[in-house]
Amino acid sequence: MNYWLLLVLYLLPLARPDAASKYSTRTGMISFFSSTFIEDIEAHNNQVGALLDLTSGQVAFSVTMKAFQFKRTLMQEHFNENYIESDKFPRSTFAGKLLNFQPTQLNQPGPQEVQVEGDLTIHGVKRHIKVPGTLELKGNQLLAKSKFIVAPADYNIEIPALVRENIAKTVEVTVSLACDPAPQQP
Amino acid sequence: MKYLFSSFGAYGLAVALLLMCSSKARAQDDLLQKLEAQTTDSLHTDYTQATFKGTRVINGHSVETPGQGTLLFLISHRFGTLNSGAYNFFGLDEATIRLGLEYGLTDKLTVGVGRSSLEKTFDGFGKYRLLRQSTGLHTMPVSVTVFASAALNSLKFTGPEHPTDTRFTYTYQALIARKFSTNLSLQLMPTLVHRNLVDTRAEQNDVYALGFAGRQKLTKRVALTMEYYYLLPGHTADEFRNSLSAGFDIETGGHVFQLHFTNSRGMIEKFFIPQTTGKWQKGDIYFGFNISRAFTLKPKA
Repeated sequence: MNYWLLLVLYLLPLARPDAASKYSTRTGMISFFSSTFIEDIEAHNNQVGALLDLTSGQVAFSVTMKAFQFKRTLMQEHFNENYIESDKFPRSTFAGKLLNFQPTQLNQPGPQEVQVEGDLTIHGVKRHIKVPGTLELKGNQLLAKSKFIVAPADYNIEIPALVRENIAKTVEVTVSLACDPAPQQP
Repeated sequence: MKYLFSSFGAYGLAVALLLMCSSKARAQDDLLQKLEAQTTDSLHTDYTQATFKGTRVINGHSVETPGQGTLLFLISHRFGTLNSGAYNFFGLDEATIRLGLEYGLTDKLTVGVGRSSLEKTFDGFGKYRLLRQSTGLHTMPVSVTVFASAALNSLKFTGPEHPTDTRFTYTYQALIARKFSTNLSLQLMPTLVHRNLVDTRAEQNDVYALGFAGRQKLTKRVALTMEYYYLLPGHTADEFRNSLSAGFDIETGGHVFQLHFTNSRGMIEKFFIPQTTGKWQKGDIYFGFNISRAFTLKPKA
């Protein structure tokens, strides 16, 4: 009898994080910012799909490139037509893993620093990257944030000589997701 | 039997080990695949962008509009005919010009004004994007833009004075386009040009035409364009030529340069549709260019 009680007590804390180990969203936010002496280029996208599995530490993102909104219509057209070639490469993806991560970390209040490592695919070019971020459990939601640098040249994004001065060599990417517990697998 | 089982067991173990290894390596991609399955394209409407590079194909309009808050400044220029000989520097001595401004009130609605040196003509137009080619949640095979313009000839009357309304010409057009691939776009333009006053009784006040236009991209920033307006049978079709033009679009940042050859001298509908006189086979070809520069007056929030 006592053994049973002990067993139940022992399993109870384990059961809690298990309640929702997978989180997902379809409306995550990604924005990027390029700043040069001549002009600032900024775009944001709120059609980011993401799936995080806390038990295995796996993370996946999918970004619809045409959903990036620019302040200038023409910039948006150039981004899709000339640089990213959205017709050919409609999505950018990331598939990776949280490094040295324990789901129990999230029982502490506030954002928890994490490292993510994996493959980022933009413009059809896959590169292995390692970026910092934070995870926070707030109520029912998992908030994931990250800020990192991407160099267009690394992804074979050609910038013609004429506008090379207008576009920065590196672009700052900001990811901000509010994920809901994913529905259990059928 | 026992032997079979044991060997199967060994194989099974090896297979299981292999599967375990590969499943670990594939797990990340599996998660991504699950995600892709969830975020299918059918959730969003994907609008086709940049069917044509500029708001003009060559002489005539394309389905494109400048977008909200964007002001376009257009310089259109035609030299004289190539067959005018060395004395006239093959047409380069002559010049016809149109200066224009057009502004995107919304992403769909554009208004514009222009002034042509030919017949000292002022023109104003409105252009509205009725439909946009799209895939995904809403599917639409073509883009449709409607266009209406008024042109005012401000030349001094040589004969007796006429009332002002005789100076007006109106154009109504439906621009129907489809971007078949990243590189190929085609457009169809049923057109009506109404002239309040014509020179002779035999001439038509209403001229109907059917336009065809196409763009074939050669590189990311250079495209081959072509435009043809077929005049529907009538007096105007007998007396005048169909407008045929071919050229290149070259894009650099906020500019679009369009270089072209055409048998039409004027750069607005009232000229190039019912009043084209040039014959390609005789060398009545005007070399010309359009330059457009975009200014973002009101950036989007």
